Amino acid sequence: MTGFIVRRILAVIPTLLGVTVVIFLMLAITPGDPAELLLGERATQESLDAMREYLGLKEPLHVQYGLFLKRIVQFDLGETIWTREKVSTEIKERFPATIELAVAAMLISSSFGIILGLISATRQYSWFDYISMVGSLIGVSMPVFWLALVLMLVFSLTLGWFPMSGRLGIDTNLEVITNFYLLDSILTGNGEAFWDALRHLALPAFALSTIPLAIVARMTRSSMLEVFRQDYIKTARAKGLSEFKIVMKHALRNGLIPVVTVVGLQFGILMGGAILTETVFAWPGVGKWLFDGVVKRDYMVIQGGTLLVATTFVLVNLVVDLLYAVINPRISVR
Amino acid sequence: MMKKFVMLVCIFVFLGAGSALAATPKKGGTPAAEPKKEAVAKPKKGGTLVYGRGGDSVGLDPAYETDGNSFMICDNIFEALVFYKDESTALEPGLATSWEISSDGLTYTFKLRKGVKFHDGTAFNADAVVFSIGRMMKNRNVKFSGKGWEIPKQERPPEYWVSMGMDDTVDAIEATDEYTVVFKLKKVQAPFIANMGMDFADIISPTAFIKDPKAFVRNPVGTGPFKFVKWVKDDRINLEANKDYWDKAKGPYLDKMVFRVIPENSVRFLELKAGNITMMDFPNPADIEMARKDPKLQIISQQGMNIGYLGFNHKKELWKNLKLRLAVAHAINRKAIVDKIYQGMGEVAKNCIPPTMWGYNKEVPGYDYDVALAKKYLAEAGYPEGKDLPEITLWSMPVARPYNPEGLKVGVAMLGDLGKIGIKARIVSYDWGTYLKRQREQGQDMDLFQLGWTGDNGDPDNFLAVLFDGMESAAVRTQWQNEDFHRLMGEGRTTVDQGKRAEIYKKAQQIMYDECPVLPIAHSIVVSPELKKVRNFKLHPTNSVRMKSVWLQ
Repeated sequence: MTGFIVRRILAVIPTLLGVTVVIFLMLAITPGDPAELLLGERATQESLDAMREYLGLKEPLHVQYGLFLKRIVQFDLGETIWTREKVSTEIKERFPATIELAVAAMLISSSFGIILGLISATRQYSWFDYISMVGSLIGVSMPVFWLALVLMLVFSLTLGWFPMSGRLGIDTNLEVITNFYLLDSILTGNGEAFWDALRHLALPAFALSTIPLAIVARMTRSSMLEVFRQDYIKTARAKGLSEFKIVMKHALRNGLIPVVTVVGLQFGILMGGAILTETVFAWPGVGKWLFDGVVKRDYMVIQGGTLLVATTFVLVNLVVDLLYAVINPRISVR
Repeated sequence: MMKKFVMLVCIFVFLGAGSALAATPKKGGTPAAEPKKEAVAKPKKGGTLVYGRGGDSVGLDPAYETDGNSFMICDNIFEALVFYKDESTALEPGLATSWEISSDGLTYTFKLRKGVKFHDGTAFNADAVVFSIGRMMKNRNVKFSGKGWEIPKQERPPEYWVSMGMDDTVDAIEATDEYTVVFKLKKVQAPFIANMGMDFADIISPTAFIKDPKAFVRNPVGTGPFKFVKWVKDDRINLEANKDYWDKAKGPYLDKMVFRVIPENSVRFLELKAGNITMMDFPNPADIEMARKDPKLQIISQQGMNIGYLGFNHKKELWKNLKLRLAVAHAINRKAIVDKIYQGMGEVAKNCIPPTMWGYNKEVPGYDYDVALAKKYLAEAGYPEGKDLPEITLWSMPVARPYNPEGLKVGVAMLGDLGKIGIKARIVSYDWGTYLKRQREQGQDMDLFQLGWTGDNGDPDNFLAVLFDGMESAAVRTQWQNEDFHRLMGEGRTTVDQGKRAEIYKKAQQIMYDECPVLPIAHSIVVSPELKKVRNFKLHPTNSVRMKSVWLQ
């Protein structure tokens, strides 16, 4: 078990190193002159030269990579070309928003997904099963953008239950400490801000949760059905155990292993920032930020942002793998 | 409850039709709800204005910014020596109460307004002007009247200062007493005074800047009607009224302003409809129609100070043929392009400067859409029916700009028009950075290119010389070599009298019409929907968003 954990953690290092190489090369070989793109149609030769000099684009590639690695090790991700702000500061301002949204969406999707999947599995081919599975098919195929607009039209414009966009109301005051608004409002004992932040979270979190929810529900259902066919379940039934006990005690733990993988993967993806959801709901997270960085070809934003997303993904997967070992001790033997 | 239910049903039916927000209302509905001519009402004080915009500011140091979303905030925090008047680029006194130009046109003496304070409480004076403008100079040839400051090193080139060629213009800046600043120029440069009204020439608080030069970009301190309060990146910028503002007769009336970032156009419009924001920029064309019918909303429009054009590659032998250029000019149906693709948010251009600008030549007839005439020119050019003419490339912009909302669609429309007279063409496009770079290289693989320009200072020189005088520099994007035009551009720059300059630029526009170095396509019309309670908001041709005199009913 310990050996597995150590090996698994060590494997992260070459993975991350590979990530840095890819990120660096990806940018180096992309066409388009960043100086020209930055300065736009009004650039003069002089300002272009000054900008190229400023960006250090004249250094050979390996030197640029060396500098890049050195900076990363020092947690210095440079300054963005566009805003002249430290990339680490920009991330600090935005990543909490993304995490908040991702966690909320994941809570919704995994809890509802598992429950729906479980009920569907225990009542295979019932009307509930049909409805939830067709529903999840729709959930998977629904474009987030469209769903978001429908949610806004119905729940904000017409019913007025939830705010349409943003993280906090115009009149809500909140002393920001960590940039996690929910956490900050708890820390400062600001009930009004907590409620406001929670209401702002509702629509984007729901819109973002539909796809993972559908996937988790379908995964739980099929995995549970598989487990129900196993001999030890038959034995349990033969012993005369109650159906509830069979499901919760014997089947669920085994049935959940593939579900954990899926939840982990989905969570990793969401942590990278959901560009569409963030854009539609004016949610100031890293997804939109990174996307803008790509559009503006802001070297530093792309490097720092991709590194952040990749690292988060690798770490989330590490945690999932370690969780495996907890849920299913046999895995550590391999 | 019933009402809500009915509304919900309507929404679903409406969505079921497959067009969430793009549904265009039927024609011939209620007449457009343009803002009524304001009865001269007394401005009301107080209230918060929430402005919804598509993107966040990049930074708030006017010397270094280049984008509209940054200037939008700077326009309300900072002020320059001269102001542009409402709805035009004519000049009026700003932080300078008057200015004198020496007879040789080389010395500008500004008398400054007294009793103005920066938001940090420090006094505005001649030294602050020397500091603010002087920090952009390559050679800091400046003199303070008091003890002044050590001006910190530049971290990067001040874009606008460089691109407006200010280092070649300004020789020295000197504070001769506490409220007098003298600019010595290297050469006579008539647009100089108009440049002093641009954002980059805003006056900042030197004390605030010196305290932490790197942090100033996020903590701006100026003399303007609003003070900076808070910036949550990609979310909002909060400003509040400057209680000590010097021009109390004109504002500010609002207590607070919040500039919210709502990237998606349709969501921004929904927020406006719900009354959560007070006004917004860049609505979708379909939403403008909806806004006109909404009793809670009004629409403000203004001609943009810009031009979208189709250029010819003058570095290529083929396009030195005037008749061929004229054939293209008459073959393209620009009205159809403006109607269908700009969707009413533009007007067909005759000249390459906007009609609102002084010096605009109304007499120029403009190129008519005339297929027969185009064919005739094509034959005269030596390519009857397009015979022997190789397939040409039509470079189309990959990004939306006010002067060209959809480059690729415009390109496709042009392709069809050219086909009608027998010119075979194909569309070429790159990502924006590459497009701009390769366009400047003027390679042989480029025949026609779309491009455009949004003006900076309301001076015709800023359009005609910067864009089309190829003899001035190899960096000019239209490498057209015309001695007469080049001479006129030089004269225009060195003549101080505006009446005489206007005549010069009128002549230049006539030459452009005769020689057809580019085909002007359209000027945009900028439209901004807002709640009916907004009073006294005027869109400015420079796209600046000035809230000084705005109030809420």
